[in-house]
This record gives sequence, C-alpha cells and structure tokens, in this order.
Amino acid sequence: MRVSRVVDSIPPSGIRRFFDIVSQMEDVVSLGVGEPDFVTPFRIREAAIYSLERGYTQYTSNWGLLELRQEVARLLARRYGVEYRPESEILITVGVSEGLDLALRAILNPGDEVLIPEPCYVSYSPCALFAGGVPVPIASDAGTGFRVRIEALEAAVTPRTRAILINFPNNPTGATLRRADLERLAALAQRRDLIVISDEIYADLTYDGEHVSMASLPGMRDRTILLNGFSKAFAMTGWRIAYAAGPPDLVAAMTKIHQYTMLCASIVAQKAALEACRNGEPEMEKMVRQYDERRRFFVKGLNDLGLECQVPEGAFYVFPSIRSTGLSSEEFAESLLMEQRVAVVPGTAFGASGEGHVRCSYAYSIDSIREALRRIERFVAGRRNQVDRGTEGQRDGERADERAGPERKHAAAVPARV
Amino acid sequence: MENTVRRVLEILERDARTPPADIGAMLGVDEAEVRRTIQECERKKFIRRYKTIVDWEKTGDDSVLAFIDVRVSPAREVGFDDVAARIYGFPEVVAVNLVSGGYDLQVTVRGPSLKDVAMFVAEKLATIDRVNSTTTHFLLRRYKEDGEVLVEPEEDRRLAVTP
Repeated sequence: MRVSRVVDSIPPSGIRRFFDIVSQMEDVVSLGVGEPDFVTPFRIREAAIYSLERGYTQYTSNWGLLELRQEVARLLARRYGVEYRPESEILITVGVSEGLDLALRAILNPGDEVLIPEPCYVSYSPCALFAGGVPVPIASDAGTGFRVRIEALEAAVTPRTRAILINFPNNPTGATLRRADLERLAALAQRRDLIVISDEIYADLTYDGEHVSMASLPGMRDRTILLNGFSKAFAMTGWRIAYAAGPPDLVAAMTKIHQYTMLCASIVAQKAALEACRNGEPEMEKMVRQYDERRRFFVKGLNDLGLECQVPEGAFYVFPSIRSTGLSSEEFAESLLMEQRVAVVPGTAFGASGEGHVRCSYAYSIDSIREALRRIERFVAGRRNQVDRGTEGQRDGERADERAGPERKHAAAVPARV
Repeated sequence: MENTVRRVLEILERDARTPPADIGAMLGVDEAEVRRTIQECERKKFIRRYKTIVDWEKTGDDSVLAFIDVRVSPAREVGFDDVAARIYGFPEVVAVNLVSGGYDLQVTVRGPSLKDVAMFVAEKLATIDRVNSTTTHFLLRRYKEDGEVLVEPEEDRRLAVTP
C-alpha cells in the first residue's frame, strides 16, 4: 500500500458523500453550509485591493505582520479581556484549521491522548491522528444542552492525556459554555495538568450573554492555546486568515512548524484582516444581529413543526432532534433531500453522539429559511402519514409510539396531510 | 429609541411585508407586541408609509427621470421656501431638496419622454420668479437606491454543503 496507515485508517468525510449528491440536484434549498451568506464587507475587500495596487505581494514574517498581531492583541483585549504580547504570543495562521493542526503537533508525543467533546467539527479527530495522538471522544447530549459534562471528561483522563480540545460556541450544536462550566473545566485542566486547545472561532456569534474566553479564567492563560480568526464573524472564510494566541513556549513551538510548512499567511489576507480589526466591527455587529433574528425565527419554526430543538446560544447552527420521525440522522437527511430538496447535514457527521439530530445552518436569508421550513413541514407530515398507514387496525399512532419512544408526542403535534 | 422599536424598524426597512408573527419570532417577542409597536411607529410617524422599490426598467416602462439643479435667489422672510413650494406642487416633480454647494434646489422630475421633461423644465420650472438657472441631468442607469443594489444580486457562491 502506498498510502500511510494513518491516512488510510481515517474514513472519508460523511459530509463529502452528501455534498456529491446535493451538487447533482437542482432547486435545492441548502441549510448545509458552514459559512456566512454575507460577502466580506466591502471596506475589507477594498483594503485588500488597495494593498495589491500598492504592491504588497511578498512574504511576511513567519509570525505574520507585526501591525496585524498588534491589532489582534487589541481586539482580544477589547472583546474578551485577554492580554497577549504581539511579539511573542500571537501567531497569524492560515485559518483556525492550520492553528489547530499546529497546536496538536506542537504538544503531542506519539500515543498522547486528546479529549474531544463531541459532537464536534469534523477535523478534530483526524488532526489528532495526523499528529500522532489518540483522539478520545467524549459524548454529550441534548439532556445537557450539548454542554460537555465535566465528570465524563474527568473519567476519561489517563496518564497519557495531554489536552482537551473544546469548541464553544459549538459547531454543530450552537451550544455555549457558561462561566461556571468553564470554571469547572479549568479546574480539571489545572488539577490534571492538561493543556486546553480552545477553538473560539464563533466567539463573536454569541447571542445570549457574553462570550467567555477560556484564556480569561484565572490560571488558564498559561495552559490555553486560544484559536480564533476572521472567517465567521467577518465573513472571510475564503481568505483563510486566523490567529493563535498562547504562552510563549507553545506559540514558539507552533511557529517552528508553521515556518517550515506554511511559511506565512497570505499577505493580502493579512492586509484585509488588518482592516477588519480596525474598522470592521460595526458591520460585523450588523451581521450578528441578523443571525440572531434568523436564529429565533428558525428555532421557533422547527419547534412548531415538532422537531424539538433547544435555542442555540451561539454560532449559526440549529441542531434539532429528528427522533420524532422515527428515522436515523442519515435517513432523515437523505430522504429530506430526495423528497423535498432540502439539504441538512446528518448529526453523525460530527460524531456518534450526533445520532438523532441534524445540523441546519441559518446562514441564509429569512426567505430561504421560510421556504426550507415549508418543505420540512411537508416532509415531516408525509412521514407521519406513512407511520400512520403502517399502524392500520390499531389506534392511531399506538405502535409508532413504541417505535419512536417518548418523543413521539412531538410528531403528534404535526397536522397530518393527505 | 427603545431597542425593540429599532429592530422592528430595521426589519421592516429591509422588507416591509415581513409578517408581524415572523418579526415576533425573529426578535423573541410576541406578535401582539410587534403589532402594537408598528402601530405606535405609524402613529408617531416613525413610519411615514410603506413603499415599493420598483425596477421600472424591467417592466418595459420607458419613462424618464431627470435631476435638475436649480439656482434660486432667496427672498427676505421666506428664503427658498416659496419657490420650493411652487416647484413641488407639480405632480411631475417627485422630489425637492434644498442643498448646499453650487446650486440651491435639487429637483427630481419624472415624465413620459425626454422631450416632455425638457419642456416641463423650460416652461414651468425655468419661468418661476427668482429661478435664475436650471441644469438638467437625465438618469441613465440606477445602480443603488435606498441602500438596495439594483443590479443583479450576487449569486450564492458557497458550496452546497460544507463542514
């Protein structure tokens, strides 16, 4: 075999297969996208255009432009109350994806374990494996609002455990951690001497209350690698521009890998990010307000259809339970796509504990969300009729009750249509 | 202004036909409160009226719009007001603003053809007392109006499903 065992051992992304089906179809209302529907604010694009006109086309320092690191330091202090020295504690990366890879490679020795609360972003486990580590998934569920349970984390700690990799606000669930949760997590990290890699890419997309950064908690700055970037809040996904902040030894180690593999982030993207830091916040806040409106609208719509979901407190995803339909996540997503041409992502793409849920993004206009809800309503009603037909001779829904468990009551709220 | 009021107004400004129930869902308040807020805004004239942005060009309508710079000698007591009133009384006139700079009144006129508008300016506007000169600019193309870009919207270039 010509491919390495590690690479070969990693299954193809569940999302990829889905994408192949969707891209062959027409008239699809997609709720499957993990990026903003907004185009990068014009003043940011214009700053990049200007930098090109001025001939900024070279390599930058491996660390990234000093003036950008200075602006990032100000942004972090202003928005999350964390202080970092731009000269030695901030590294500009090519997306948080790169930062995550660097962080894992910088701290893991072969066989070291990383605790990864699930459901989570698709790249965490593969990146840990690529870095020679052992990902240890920690399941969380709707019962705790998809907040990771500290007891479960603690129970999974072994002498080989090096780090906890968290992502709040969370993709795919939209869950956030409260200060109290974070404090307990911090206490665990300190007690067991663990590093926390905190992917806070959705921090600015926090709707109820303020985002609390892991690094802002007492004693945590020295053991936290904070990852954040411009993709989500400033609608800059395609620019691939982000940053890592942490204690000098860890950031220096990450920079060592970065300088030999990536060299530096694109200078055009760095110039754009500079403008985002300096003047982008008002437009960012405008986008956040719109996500917030869509969030409420969408959650209410889904709950009205009997697809129970908690109100997500951050990011731009809703993670409704689809158990009331009696389908698995994969079946639900695939049938919904085939029958009503709505694309959502099966929860299992984000880990086994995503079963029974699908991820719907609300980075879409209200009109698109309204249309998607109409189609999902038709789909759910159709399912309900099928279930009812399957129970002929019995009292309506009785057997289905047994099949689908207690959450069946939600489906009963959906008006049957013939 | 109260936050809910502002948010309701912002949503209506984007789409005046958003149903109150949807606005309520978007803001997490009940429909009745949204209705009350809207009525209150209408009563206080925060909401002047609901209008539609029409792309007349698409409908095949070939009426023309012209922006006319009008220089006026102001008069004691009334300033420019009386001349402005003489101008905005004409139904052909869609908008009148007093502006600083090289001229005084900025007048927008709509008419069925270039000739009609030109004749209106020559016969009605230019002949008003204390109107010293007029310069007519015919509208050739609208790019953006009331914050709304009128050229074809950019398509959604995102991949259909991404992690």
